[in-house]
Amino acid sequence: MTESPVIQTENLNKHYGPVRAVDGISISIARSATCALLGGNGAGKTTTIAMLLGLLLPTSGRIQILGEEVPRQIRRVLPRMNFSSPYVDLPQRLTVAENLTVYARLYGVRRIQERLAILGRDLDIDAFFLRPYGSLSAGQKTRVALAKALLNEPEILLLDEPTASLDPDTADRMRSILTDYQRHSGATLLLASHNMSEVERLCDQVIMLRAGQIVATGAPRELIHRYGRKDMEEVFLDIARGIQSGEVLE
Amino acid sequence: MSAISLHRIGALALRYLYLLRSSRVRIIELAYWPTVQMILWGFITQYLSSHSDVLNQAVGLLLSGVLLWDVLFRSQLGLSVVFFEELHARNLAQLLISPLRPIELIIALISISLVRTLLGVGIAVLLAVPFYGFNLFSLGLPLAGFFVNLLMMGWAIGLLVSALVLRYGMGAESIAWAAIFALAPLCGIYYPVATLPGWLQPLSWLLPASYVFEGMRAVLLDHVFRLDYLIYSLLLNTVYLGLGVSVFLATIHNARERGSLLQSGE
Repeated sequence: MTESPVIQTENLNKHYGPVRAVDGISISIARSATCALLGGNGAGKTTTIAMLLGLLLPTSGRIQILGEEVPRQIRRVLPRMNFSSPYVDLPQRLTVAENLTVYARLYGVRRIQERLAILGRDLDIDAFFLRPYGSLSAGQKTRVALAKALLNEPEILLLDEPTASLDPDTADRMRSILTDYQRHSGATLLLASHNMSEVERLCDQVIMLRAGQIVATGAPRELIHRYGRKDMEEVFLDIARGIQSGEVLE
Repeated sequence: MSAISLHRIGALALRYLYLLRSSRVRIIELAYWPTVQMILWGFITQYLSSHSDVLNQAVGLLLSGVLLWDVLFRSQLGLSVVFFEELHARNLAQLLISPLRPIELIIALISISLVRTLLGVGIAVLLAVPFYGFNLFSLGLPLAGFFVNLLMMGWAIGLLVSALVLRYGMGAESIAWAAIFALAPLCGIYYPVATLPGWLQPLSWLLPASYVFEGMRAVLLDHVFRLDYLIYSLLLNTVYLGLGVSVFLATIHNARERGSLLQSGE
C-alpha cells in the first residue's frame, strides 16, 4: 500500500485580477522526499509556497498537507511545519538567543535550552547567541533563520532560497545540515532555489514552473536525460526559455 | 487546537519585553512625554488656581485630565507602535506561519500596551506627588473605572490604526500619532462637553472618553461618582473594541487574499 502524499495540491490557482500567478498547479510530494520548486522570477514558486503556508489564500483549488485541508485546517498543520527564507526576517534588536527562545515558545518546544544548544552547535551559531540579530552578516542570519525553522523539528520544511547570499563554504555546510536533518528525521523538504547544483545534490524530485504552470516534473537525472542536457543548469535554461524536451537549443 | 493559548500569548509578550529591555532609551521615552506634560500642566494649574474659582475648588482638575488623557494616548500608541515594529522587522509573516493565532497576536499587543502605559503614565503619576502635592489616586475607586475605559478606547483606536497601516502600508504610519489628537478636542479633557458647539456635542457623546472626563469632573467638583457615565463608556468601548478586533482580523484575512504579508515592511 502506498503512503498518501504529505503535500498535495489539485488545480491550485492564485489570480490577481487578470494575472495568473499560479495557474492550475497539481503536485504530490511523498513523505521524506526532497523536492525542488524551480522556475524563473515570477514563475509562481513563492506564491505556491505562501499558499502552502496559509500566508496566501488560493483563488481556487485544493491543498492538503499532512492529511489536513489547507487553509481551513491550517492550525493543525502549522506546528508540524516550518519555513525559512531570506525574504522574511527576525526582529533585529533581539539577540539570537532571544529570537530563538520566542519562536521555540510559540512552537511549544519542550526543553528549550537543550534544543537551542543542539541547534547552536549543529549550525555553528552559538558563538553569537548573545549578539543582536541585526548585527549579523547575511550568512549568519541565514543560519539563524534555519535554526528557527528547525526549532520544532518540522515534518515539513519549506525553504525559499536556502543558500542565497552564502559563500560557497557556508552554503555547502548548510546543504549538509539539511541532508542530515532530512535523513535522521524523515522530514519532507520543499525548496525553491535558483542554484541548480544544489538541486541536483539535495533533491529527488523537481517541479519546474513557468508563468504559474507546471512545465516539467521528475527526478533531476531523469530531466537531464529527457532534455538531453549535461546538468540541471541547462535544463533550467531550456525550460525558462520555453524549449520543449527534445528540441535543440540554437 | 482551536483554543487561545496563554503560552503563545506569553511567548509574544516576552518578545516585546525583550525589545523594551534592549533599549534604555525606549524606557525613558515611555515616561518622558507624560512627565513633561504633567510638569507643564502642573505649572499652568498653579498659575490659574490663583485666578480661577473652579480651579481653586479642584486643584487637580487639569492634572487629572492630562494624566488620564495620557492613559488613552499611551495605550493606543503602545499597541500601534509595537505592531509597527513587526512590520519594520519584516517579522509578521514569520509570526503568522507559526502556530500563533491572529487573536493571540491582538491579546499580546494589548498586554504589552498595558505594560507600556503603566510604565509611562505611572512614573508621571508618581512624580506629580512630590512636584505638586497631587495624587491621582485621590480620585478613589472611580479611577479604576476611568483607567479601564481609557485603556479600552486606546486599544480600539490602536487596532484600527494598525489595520489601516497593514492595509495601506507604512506610509499611513503617521496616522497612529494623528488619530488620537483629532479626537482630543471632542473628548472634553479640560472642559465640559457643554462647552462644545451644539452640533459637535452629539459627536462628543459617541466617544467613551467624554464620559470618563465628565465623570472625573463630577468626582472632583461635585464629589459624586456617576455610575451612568461609567456604564455608557463601558458599553461604547465594548462596541468599539469589538469593531477594532474585527477590523484588524479582517485586514489580516484581506492581506492573505492580496498576498501582502510577505511584502509587509518593505
